[in-house]
Amino acid sequence: MKILICLSCVPDTTSKINFTDDDSKFDKSGIQFIINPYDEFGLTKAMMLKETNGCEITAITVGDVSVEPILRKALAIGADKAVRINHDPKDSYSTAVEIASYIKNNSFDIIITGRESIDYNGCAVPGMISEILNLPFVNACINLEINDNSIKMIREIDGGKETIQAQMPIVVAGQKGLVEESDLRIPNMRGIMQARNKPLNIVEPINTTVFTQSIKFEKPKEKEECKLIDAGNITELINLLKNEAKVI
Amino acid sequence: MSVLVYTESWNNVFRKNTYETVSYAKTISNELSEELNAISFGEVDRLELEKLSTYGVTKVYSFTKINKGDSQTVTSIIENEFSNSKLFIFSNTYTSKMITSRLSIRLKAALITNVVSTVNSIDPLTVKRQSFSSKAIEKVTAKTNKVILSIAPNSYQLIENKSNIEIKIFDIEKGSDLNILSQENSTDKISLSEAEIIVSAGRGLKGPENWGMIEELASLLNAATACSKPVSDIGWRPHSEHVGQTGKAVSPNLYIAIGISGAIQHLAGVNSSKNIVVINTDSEAPFFKAANYGVVGDAFEVIPKMIEEIKKSSL
Ligand SMILES: Cc1cc2nc3c(=O)[nH]c(=O)nc-3n(C[C@H](O)[C@H](O)[C@H](O)COP(=O)(O)OP(=O)(O)OC[C@H]3O[C@@H](n4cnc5c(N)ncnc54)[C@H](O)[C@@H]3O)c2cc1C
Ligand SMILES: Nc1ncnc2c1ncn2[C@@H]1O[C@H](COP(=O)(O)O)[C@@H](O)[C@H]1O
Repeated sequence: MKILICLSCVPDTTSKINFTDDDSKFDKSGIQFIINPYDEFGLTKAMMLKETNGCEITAITVGDVSVEPILRKALAIGADKAVRINHDPKDSYSTAVEIASYIKNNSFDIIITGRESIDYNGCAVPGMISEILNLPFVNACINLEINDNSIKMIREIDGGKETIQAQMPIVVAGQKGLVEESDLRIPNMRGIMQARNKPLNIVEPINTTVFTQSIKFEKPKEKEECKLIDAGNITELINLLKNEAKVI
Repeated sequence: MSVLVYTESWNNVFRKNTYETVSYAKTISNELSEELNAISFGEVDRLELEKLSTYGVTKVYSFTKINKGDSQTVTSIIENEFSNSKLFIFSNTYTSKMITSRLSIRLKAALITNVVSTVNSIDPLTVKRQSFSSKAIEKVTAKTNKVILSIAPNSYQLIENKSNIEIKIFDIEKGSDLNILSQENSTDKISLSEAEIIVSAGRGLKGPENWGMIEELASLLNAATACSKPVSDIGWRPHSEHVGQTGKAVSPNLYIAIGISGAIQHLAGVNSSKNIVVINTDSEAPFFKAANYGVVGDAFEVIPKMIEEIKKSSL
């Protein structure tokens, strides 16, 4: 069985976000980049499937050379191959087109992505991939089991959960629950050594059409000074929430 | 060239954010002098369909036998029935995310998700959206003729706009690639993404046995409950309650944070809440910087007092 795990390279979760070029571009200086946390759950799930079912794992990222460290990390954790599509992603559409084209040429049984990227927050790439390839798609997956050629999943829906069965190949967008926080892996020395001999292939992009263009960024308004209320005067708090904020 | 709004239901009634989305769509369709059509999948009460007229829908197409979770079929129906529409408006739910991304490819339509503003310009269509997990607001322009917008919940208010409505019911059925074996509802609770008030607690509560007062406060305020990441990681609360950069992003009118330090990852998911109340023993807790109201105090004393006050004042 072949698994493709799509890894988005995003600013570390503690990053302060700033912009340059007249607020039109994200300022990458001083930013540490990580595997998108949702994708890390997917990568870990892929590793578990490799251990139980013997799969081959390919990790893919669309990005310029600066994303290679996360692919090397994926190899050190246990992915078998890495692929970088040499294109600075401009929107969800162009990213999905590149990944879909790689899938078409290489064929996979399960394509795992994250539910969303924590930088662009598009929640769009996995659904677009599945539509381009005419594959079934399960979003917000919190459990996945494989039996022969069928795959059973639980997905989160607004207001509950749904259990689903489908055939492979399939696109699955995962989040916490797919594996637990404590299952996440840190590369060990042996993994890092082995990763040096694993392939990291660079593929040129096929298409650079975009559907959307980012124009300008701004930061959310700063909160005004916090009003402190004495712990002994909760009547006042309730009063403010009722009559000043008018929220209860 | 009408505008189409996707109306999502839950237990046969429309979600609150459906009406927000309809109000949003009506504002744009007025600006374009176009009619507003709506589409719905799954069983919905007749009265609910009629209620869409309150917010300006002129025609609603209700596909009663189509499972809204079957994104392939839903996408095909929208593509076939509404080839004339130019603008497609959704709300940012898990289910609609599966549809919008497919529809974008089918229609060669730009997809802009997480939208938090009205349209800045119609041609080319430009809106603001949330990005970097609410740490930034991004202005985006569509480069295509057709456009799909997905509106963040709680970012647009309801606007009444009475119209005459025509209701069209379709009872076609379709097979699906996904076989939905079962559905488990948590209907007794208010869904986090739609809640107007959220009562959220963190590691400061010491253990799961102390959540009784959190739930009591939430139920008095008709609020949803949430928690910080470590709390769901340790298993004190379910994963579905985890808010923050790697959990759910929420933007209620009121977010009450109890015993949560206010780490940057937590704030990323909650700082677009309109009002934030922080209750924490540590006056240096970073959360106070993001709060509108703060109480430096022990949750085990403050929360029972809040419960008491609210009970008193609602008599
Ligand atoms: C990659 C990554 C992603 C993350 N994503 C998220 C995320 O999405 N969401 C999230 O929440 N966190 C996230 N975190 C974790 C985050 O960094 C913090 O560790 C976490 O938010 C802390 O949770 P807490 O405030 O409940 O606990 P603590 O930091 O332990 O804070 C407990 C607070 O309770 C107060 N307190 C103690 N006793 C009382 C009392 N009796 N009454 C009142 N107050 C009391 C303390 O003063 C303290 O401020 C992430 C971390 C990483 C590395
Ligand atoms: N540049 C990229 N390279 C590889 N995978 C990506 C990229 N961007 C997004 N993805 C995948 O698509 C998921 C959803 O991203 P998004 O649509 O941007 O929210 C991510 O969790 C990744 O798994």
